[in-house]
Amino acid sequence: MDRLRSRLTRRDSDSGADDEIRTDGGSEAPTGGGTFTRLKHSDAVQALPFWLPPALLMGLFVYGAASWNLLISLTDWSGLLQPEYTNLNLEMYTRMLSDASFIAAFRNTIVLLVAFTVISLAAGLVLAILVDQNIRFENTFRTIYLLPMALSFVVTAIFWSWMYNPSTGTINVVLSTIGLDAFTMDWLGDTRTRLAAIIFALTWQFSGYAMVVYLAGLRAIPDSHYEAAKVDGASSFKMYWRVIVPQLSAATTSAAVVLMVFGLKAFDFIYVMFGDNPGRSADILAVMMFRVAFSRSQWAYGAAVATVLFLMALAVVAPYLYMQYKRGDL
Amino acid sequence: MATADGTDQSGLAAYREEVDAQRAALYAVLGGLILFYLSPLWGGLTTAFKTQAGFVNTTPIVPPTPEWFTLEAWELAFATMQGGLINSVMFVVPATVLSAVFGSLAAYGLTKLSWRGQVGILVIFLAGVFLPYQSVLVPLRQFWSAVDLAGLLAFAPFLAERADLLELTITHTAYGIPICTILFRSYYKTMDDDMIEAAKIDGANALRIYRRIVFPLSLPMFAVALIYQFTQVWNDLLFALVLITSRSNYVVTQSLNELQGAMAQDYNLQMAGAFIAALPTIIIYVVFGRQFAKGITGAS
Repeated sequence: MDRLRSRLTRRDSDSGADDEIRTDGGSEAPTGGGTFTRLKHSDAVQALPFWLPPALLMGLFVYGAASWNLLISLTDWSGLLQPEYTNLNLEMYTRMLSDASFIAAFRNTIVLLVAFTVISLAAGLVLAILVDQNIRFENTFRTIYLLPMALSFVVTAIFWSWMYNPSTGTINVVLSTIGLDAFTMDWLGDTRTRLAAIIFALTWQFSGYAMVVYLAGLRAIPDSHYEAAKVDGASSFKMYWRVIVPQLSAATTSAAVVLMVFGLKAFDFIYVMFGDNPGRSADILAVMMFRVAFSRSQWAYGAAVATVLFLMALAVVAPYLYMQYKRGDL
Repeated sequence: MATADGTDQSGLAAYREEVDAQRAALYAVLGGLILFYLSPLWGGLTTAFKTQAGFVNTTPIVPPTPEWFTLEAWELAFATMQGGLINSVMFVVPATVLSAVFGSLAAYGLTKLSWRGQVGILVIFLAGVFLPYQSVLVPLRQFWSAVDLAGLLAFAPFLAERADLLELTITHTAYGIPICTILFRSYYKTMDDDMIEAAKIDGANALRIYRRIVFPLSLPMFAVALIYQFTQVWNDLLFALVLITSRSNYVVTQSLNELQGAMAQDYNLQMAGAFIAALPTIIIYVVFGRQFAKGITGAS
């Protein structure tokens, strides 16, 4: 009965068609006794021409291509021939497990993702708290900390290759100027520091992003929470650590997911710095995939490495989306 | 509470001093951070204005003295990257506009018109944002070689010669749809439905409502989506590496990468090139900072 009452049916004198107007913001498709004309004018049908073309384009390139990639990874396609989709098997995946360069790239990918995400979140949180202290020129500070986000990986890689240059780079020059000669080194040349140097430069580029997300989170916390902590005599550090940070968990989660996705896309950055072969110490799956497939024409193997990357993204994103859905944010 | 007026002047002064000291420390830290965030750009800028001998013989962060000053690096970098800049403008503009339009249409169909199953479709759009591009590269190349766009466009030589760029346009449009849809969707969620309901009662169909009401109200979000997409597509290297085969179609990130590879030790040239490539996005960022921030945080 509710449904009946909430609907008005109006006869349109021009077209003679039934138009359904819902006053409840109607969340269901017309049911029971729906004539053809009513169906034609339902929201579901009217919505089709709007979302279907983009969905098809995206479906083809995103989901179609990802599925095709999975299929290719099950073949043994290499070289100049075309792939053969008979005799599909898991050969490429078993090959991975005994490939030392895959294992190194996998390890580096995990290290890069975790370290980059954690350090960027921490740096972003500190930046956000500092900027949130009622300072003057807040906009200027924010703008400068976020500026690296506007640059491409190619540009960032060029700047940081120069910063890390052992003789003319700013880092070593500054270190020796302040008397820390002992700490100067060939940051990108030394295999022990290469991955750390990459992570540091990526943090430079993306910590501003974490700052923006945390700032929004901080501004959403009512002043009364700060005051309550102060009345309890908590020091500033304690107040943030015990009271404020726990309330930022939603911001932390969403920033972490996005940062990990940026990390997975760090290909451009490493490719510009080292070409497609940064060596065992800094090879990541994204670069290895490109090298294996596009430089060595081992297409099926490259596709298999790509599938691992896809699964890694899925492992991060699926729980996040599910959580969002549960919270009713979708 | 023993703080009646005038009884504890020295304590109050000490407290004030402490607060002032804290403020000073805060600004010192914030200023130090500015140095950190700007140092690569500042160093790059000073280097780009130095001669070869200049950046070898001077401190990197010190601006060039007249003796070392030159504009040669800028001239040479611009001459080398000119083609890439033009190609990038030619494909980035349509790719940006198309994905924003598609995103707006999709978000309208998935939020302003209510029907069963829309959340499911929306999740499918949303998940597309997080796809690692590596997992589509091989099929992407297979797909575009099978389509043979250059062959299909043989009747129009201007387009056929730029088939690579057209492939890049379509590809970037497709991959821009998920994020644009999410941006518009978050905007439409907060949009007041009264006008739309009134228009429905007046018998307006969905297209008319979009054209007359939703689209004009979406213009601020179009600014956000266009800025976001422009930055992303302009800055991309990966798809260009895979899809652009002919050198005459190289885009700006590719020509900058080439410059870097070929002139590994000519830092002044590399830095000038980096600034030329980054200039459009830096200008957009400085002018439209707020929209930029809104765009990058839109997915969270």
